[in-house]
Amino acid sequence: MSSTAVLAPDVERRPARAPRRARKNLRRAVTDNLTAYGFLCAALVCFALFSWYPIVRGVLLSFQQVNFVTPAEWVGWQNFQTLFADPLFGIAWRNTLLFTGLALVIGFAVPFAVAIVLNELRHMKAYFRLVVYIPVMLPPVVVAILWKWFYDPGPGLFNSMLRLVGLPPLSWIDSADTSMLSLVLVATWAAMGSATLIYLAALQTIPGELYEAAELDGANLWQRLRYVTIPQTRFVLLIMMLMQIVATMQVFTEPYVMTGGGPEDSTVTVLLLLYRYAFTYNDFGTASALSLLLFIALGAFSALYLRLTRTRG
Amino acid sequence: MNTLTRRSFGLVLAAGLGVSLVACGEDAGEGSANGKVTITVNGQPPKTQPFERKIFDEDVAEFEKTHPDIDIQPREGFMDPKTFNSKLAGGQLEDVFYVYLTDPANLIARRQAADISAYVKDVPHYDELQPELKEIFTKDGKVYGLPTANYSMGLLYNRKLFTDAGLDPDAPPSTWAEVRDAAKKITALGNNTVGFAEYSKNNQGGWHFTTWMYSAGGDIAKQDGDKWVADFNNAKGKEVAQALHDMRWTDNTMGSKQLLVIEDVQRMMGAGQLGMYIAAPDNVPVLVNQFKGDYANYGLAPLPGGNGTLVGGEGYMINPKATPEKIRAGLEWISWKYLNPDRMESDLKRYADQDQPIGLPTSPPAGSSDVWTGDLRNQQVDLRAKYATMPVENYQPYVDGLADLDKKIEPPNAQQVYAALDNVMQGVLTNKDADIDTLLSDAEGKVNSALAQVK
Repeated sequence: MSSTAVLAPDVERRPARAPRRARKNLRRAVTDNLTAYGFLCAALVCFALFSWYPIVRGVLLSFQQVNFVTPAEWVGWQNFQTLFADPLFGIAWRNTLLFTGLALVIGFAVPFAVAIVLNELRHMKAYFRLVVYIPVMLPPVVVAILWKWFYDPGPGLFNSMLRLVGLPPLSWIDSADTSMLSLVLVATWAAMGSATLIYLAALQTIPGELYEAAELDGANLWQRLRYVTIPQTRFVLLIMMLMQIVATMQVFTEPYVMTGGGPEDSTVTVLLLLYRYAFTYNDFGTASALSLLLFIALGAFSALYLRLTRTRG
Repeated sequence: MNTLTRRSFGLVLAAGLGVSLVACGEDAGEGSANGKVTITVNGQPPKTQPFERKIFDEDVAEFEKTHPDIDIQPREGFMDPKTFNSKLAGGQLEDVFYVYLTDPANLIARRQAADISAYVKDVPHYDELQPELKEIFTKDGKVYGLPTANYSMGLLYNRKLFTDAGLDPDAPPSTWAEVRDAAKKITALGNNTVGFAEYSKNNQGGWHFTTWMYSAGGDIAKQDGDKWVADFNNAKGKEVAQALHDMRWTDNTMGSKQLLVIEDVQRMMGAGQLGMYIAAPDNVPVLVNQFKGDYANYGLAPLPGGNGTLVGGEGYMINPKATPEKIRAGLEWISWKYLNPDRMESDLKRYADQDQPIGLPTSPPAGSSDVWTGDLRNQQVDLRAKYATMPVENYQPYVDGLADLDKKIEPPNAQQVYAALDNVMQGVLTNKDADIDTLLSDAEGKVNSALAQVK
């Protein structure tokens, strides 16, 4: 028997058996995972209905005018033109960026500083962590209403304290000069608990040997912070900063409840303007156009966030 | 759980979810069964207002008894712009829905209300409704709704504080200069008493700036050919803005806390800490019922200035998807419940019997609504006096003075216009060094942008 004769049947049989085996494997794989596919299907339907469909619908709405009675009318770029012609459009973006900037300076630094202090505590650690975290548990609207009283120019808490120490009262949210800063303080107070705990967790992963080595080298407090703490937590700091940018650019509750966008449009944010277009003026097309622009801006930051986390992974 | 059971569970869950979602998407059903037309109507008062709700439910029962071919399904609530479009898109908007008089123009422009022109001839007494109110629901000769209540803005004041400040509560201020003087005297009472308060947030500042402009004989918008343009960046606008600025910063009679909305001001008035504010008569029952005020403590005067005032109110429109049968049934309900002179006296009497406020030209009760002209109006005035349960003499200056004022409706695209005018109000009330020319000029640009969208 020649070698070819021996090999021939195998060569002929292989193409016939391979698809059968592949089909069998596939069937087994499908059978084994059917339950998982069933559960996945439910999740996919939920995501499709409540996340992806609204996003796609929102994009389409940006180019339509709708009254929910007659079929939607395609209007091209008209909604965007309406937006660009609105004097509040630029003001809203400027205010939002100002809020984001101030929130980065204050809302980013304060929780980090508090986390460092909490990390150094030797007594009553749990108590102070709870105190820092309590505001996170308050509903945002309750926080806004509470701070409205704090900021009351007459009998409000802050002005009463200022008067007590002989300082002149401030206008807080009643003045265009201080309104945005006042809102940033509210947002920082309300959200710093979560950020502080994350920073605290990051700080506790820093090996103590590094600080000991730094002390032996004669590093003072600032140098230990500059050359040990910050480099060791830089990844967490970066991720938190990006998440904070994405979150603060969507600021809504504080200006909506506390100032209504005033005084003199000083606290009109992109989301507040979007809300007005949708639910006050009932212009869903223009509201969707604005949401699309915000989506693109936030998408850029989110892409950066994903890239950084993947690089780290 | 074995594999088969787990698999079946997964599939059933997925299938069940799918069926539920399909079911959610189905229409709630048409409203005609057993020869009856079923219509949904809103305007039912909430359970927190048991008397008003009881009256409403009694009316539904009586209507269904006298109209056996119509089934009314009442829904709680009134006009909520935040949910209106969602309800319309989801098929959940009532067949007969409540609107404020600021709403019809936009709803008609967006074709979100049914054209009832062919049916309105069957509405009894339609011709006796005030023409300026009917006009709000009319566009290009077509009718889209019915007005059911009307108010004109006036000056609401605290009679007790007037007396305490040495002012005559029976001679309320009739000019803005007199308002300023009275505000100074009331503020001088001390104890955090505020002479005069104004709204300046959530478009309410713009709403009241418009009222001030009308009172000064000015306007907010005017037609320029086919277009609407802003009409307040002028001497009248400056006069109004300057007066407000001076009351806030020169007279110091408006309190230090600003960015107020209607509830804030009503709370101040109810607590007896406010002398005056601009309001419609329907504020008085709110002050009494929600803020524990006393009818005897309040007085109402016509808007100072003697030129004009802003009118507002409410009405009902029909779902644009309603069938002709539903439109007819809906109009039957509106005209029977809200525009029914035959029920005027019984309506007032049942409120009076329960010691509810009667005497103001406002609703509720529907029988007291200031929407009629001619004999019907005279008949209503007499009945209101007959069944009065409150010191009507306190509000007589308002009733007497109203006839001389030019009653103006709100500008087109009112909410966007008010949002822009909020800024003027906020500027003069929160910034001592406010540049009034710049405030008016900036607002003019925004208002022109809003008016450019008027169709």
